[in-house]
Amino acid sequence: MALPTTDTFPSLASRPRRAVLKGLLAVACVLGAAGGAPAWAADPQPASQPVRGGVLRFLVEHEPSTLVTIAHTAGPTQRVSPKVTEGLLTYDLDFNPKPALATEWSVSPDGLTYTFKLREGVKWHDGRDFTADDVAYSIQLLKEGHPRGRATFASVTAVETPDPHTAIIRLSKPAPYLLTALDANESPIVAKHIYAGTDPLTNKNGAAPVGTGPFIFKEWVRGSHIILERNPDYWDKGKPYLDRIVVRFIADQSARSAAFEAGELDLAGGPPVPYADLARVSALPGIGAETRGYEYAGRMTQLYFNFERPILQDKRVRLAIAHAIDQQKLLDVVYYGYGAVAPSVISPKLKAFYDPALEPYGFDLKAANRLLDEAGYPRKADGTRFALKLYANPFNTQAAGDFVKQALAKVGIAVDFQFFDFSTYIQKTYTGRDFDLTLESLQNLFDPTLGVQRTLWSKNFRVGLPFSNASHYANPEVDRLLEAAAIEPDPAKRRQLWLDFQKVVYADVAALGLIATDGVTIFNKKVKNHTIGVTGVDASFADVWIEK
Amino acid sequence: MTTRRLPRILKAVRRTALQAVPTVIGILILNFFLLRLTPGDAADALAGEAGAATVETLAALKSKFGLDLPVLEQLGGYLSNLAHFSLGVSPRYNQPVAELIAARLPNTLSLMGLALVFALLIGITLGALMASFAGRPTDRVLSVVALLFYSIPSFWIGLMLIVLFSVKLGWLPTGGAETIGANLTGWDAVLDRARYQILPALSLALFYVAIYARLTRDDMIEVRTQDHVRTARAKGLSPFAVTRDHVLRNALIPVTTMAGIHLAGLMGGAVVVETVFSWPGLGRLAYEAVMGRDFHVLLGILLLSSLLVVAVNAAIDILQAWLDPRIEVR
Repeated sequence: MALPTTDTFPSLASRPRRAVLKGLLAVACVLGAAGGAPAWAADPQPASQPVRGGVLRFLVEHEPSTLVTIAHTAGPTQRVSPKVTEGLLTYDLDFNPKPALATEWSVSPDGLTYTFKLREGVKWHDGRDFTADDVAYSIQLLKEGHPRGRATFASVTAVETPDPHTAIIRLSKPAPYLLTALDANESPIVAKHIYAGTDPLTNKNGAAPVGTGPFIFKEWVRGSHIILERNPDYWDKGKPYLDRIVVRFIADQSARSAAFEAGELDLAGGPPVPYADLARVSALPGIGAETRGYEYAGRMTQLYFNFERPILQDKRVRLAIAHAIDQQKLLDVVYYGYGAVAPSVISPKLKAFYDPALEPYGFDLKAANRLLDEAGYPRKADGTRFALKLYANPFNTQAAGDFVKQALAKVGIAVDFQFFDFSTYIQKTYTGRDFDLTLESLQNLFDPTLGVQRTLWSKNFRVGLPFSNASHYANPEVDRLLEAAAIEPDPAKRRQLWLDFQKVVYADVAALGLIATDGVTIFNKKVKNHTIGVTGVDASFADVWIEK
Repeated sequence: MTTRRLPRILKAVRRTALQAVPTVIGILILNFFLLRLTPGDAADALAGEAGAATVETLAALKSKFGLDLPVLEQLGGYLSNLAHFSLGVSPRYNQPVAELIAARLPNTLSLMGLALVFALLIGITLGALMASFAGRPTDRVLSVVALLFYSIPSFWIGLMLIVLFSVKLGWLPTGGAETIGANLTGWDAVLDRARYQILPALSLALFYVAIYARLTRDDMIEVRTQDHVRTARAKGLSPFAVTRDHVLRNALIPVTTMAGIHLAGLMGGAVVVETVFSWPGLGRLAYEAVMGRDFHVLLGILLLSSLLVVAVNAAIDILQAWLDPRIEVR
């Protein structure tokens, strides 16, 4: 989220650091709430006073392969990593940055220098002091080896450490998304003395992490559980409230429901159970459901076209497909209403960038049929016009693909829907490329430069690379807008670039946004403060407490 | 086992071992090439899960795991690893495969062992009951029960057991292998583990209960008509003694043969049951290895299971020789 705007905050650079900070927050608030009332952390459970003690039984659906997100960002790792390994900042439910390892921060007006004042008196779990060297080293690691960090920190030229509690990041060109990319799960700060001279991918810290966080890693029994214990020397005195977190992995969805019903679990994100079971599980006595806390990931279900197919190069065909899919019904039937219809490829929940003026193309079979007739694909004797091959990312469930298949059948498009396991899907789509349509499940992330640009930027057409531009979409105007938005330091101008981008993509029917799906957290009502920021259950849990 | 029989058995063990080595290597090479047929590799899976990657990270991953080498070179590397008694390293877990397997093997063996014990005990008891009451209502009812056990998939049985015993009655835990963080020792630890093991072992066993019950029933009915049983009865032995010593003992031979064959099946069934019960065993490790394209782990498990099947077959041969002295140990 970015900074300083010459119009809104003329003398930003000259103000004292505190004032700058406030200014930044104000910008972030406005962006976060899209002009709405800026709000500090809206605490969902203002209830009573936190109490210490208790064990949190936390479910992570699948076992992570490593416990630190320094080189790998799989969902299960993101759930566990921030409890032990912290970031510079964290974000409340409106994307306002809040201090974590950094207590103050400022950005130069040209957007090229980020200065962070680091928290003093913080110790690693092995007793060593946390210093600016650790920050500099971690950012270097992220830039070199983190799947997204390579892009986020690409323009970092140096991280200077004038004293042990100051880190200055210098950029070659502005990276306006940088200040939202510093959460523990996205950009963890790891100990230099542990990583120096090793390969971050195979460093043993991934299996037994040493961090600065509220919880100390105790044990990881592969295939069974992880135990995290309270950090008695945590810098935020009095926190964490919990004595211990027991992380369990349950691969089977029905078994997860049963474990909640039997009272063996306190908290799980996901949703941990199928959408179809959510109503039943969240109606259990003492159990609640929460859909906030997934904004940082920005989940979406989109339909992408393969632009290498002549039939799909015809905009009328793409528009006909858009008109043939009843997005509201897709949301209701497949996702049980958990989510929002997304007219654009940017999630409506990413309020700082989403264009609220866009309407879904609209469910209109007549228009769809007419467009297909005009495009020169009349119905044949068997009632079909042509056939298309559809893939679906398994995170979208098979039902989503079946829905699209049936919807398109109504306008005479015979869909050959092929459903694979995740690894096969990745390989078939991004390496094999033998598809016409694919239902993707690509996260927007906290900033469209990192989450959206990859799928529609012509320069990101990379055969064999997961989640690249599988459509092989190439539009110079879109490229121009994406590239400009990536380095525009002025938030207002940058927002305008994203609005323009959405209009072009919408007019060109470059891809269909379909649904911004909801994540759902299931919790025991005794567990408080589990959702206080945009990362939800991927947060540090320093504030979580259990009612006696 | 008499001293006369012992050298014969040792000879048989040696012969089995000699046959096993080429068999296992053949299986290994076949597995290796079969696994190459699946689309994607560990690097693809890791990069996919990561949610994003760059061409550079992907290439770095591939070269790191040796996935960019020609297939034959990869096979050569793997076999050379094996020759040095190493099963390789899992890219996914960043751990030696042998360690991963060693951590899970005891869990799966105890689950399979208990399931087999359940299956044999319950199956043979039911079969003996059915044979004793052949054609009468008891037999009919038990036959239907056995048919149900046979036809209901084990994951569904598992879920229903969870719903009944964990959710409704609250007697047993829904999953896992022990009370996490309880740090129990001695007898308490054994009891604790047993509580977690009952339901998964039972759901794994019920399919085989059905088979053994039918098998025992039919064999007993057949054996009962044979001359030696008539002789035993004529000698004035009690019906129970006749059933136990002369009918059941003879009827058990086909049952043990089947049990040996079923061991491999149990391992396959364990994949499903371990998933439903979050049991930290080899079955789930294998499943996750498939999903993550972690072929070193998978090859290690397959190698181990083929060794296990060979060993169990040898053991069954010996057991049968003990049950019936007329049977020669191969």
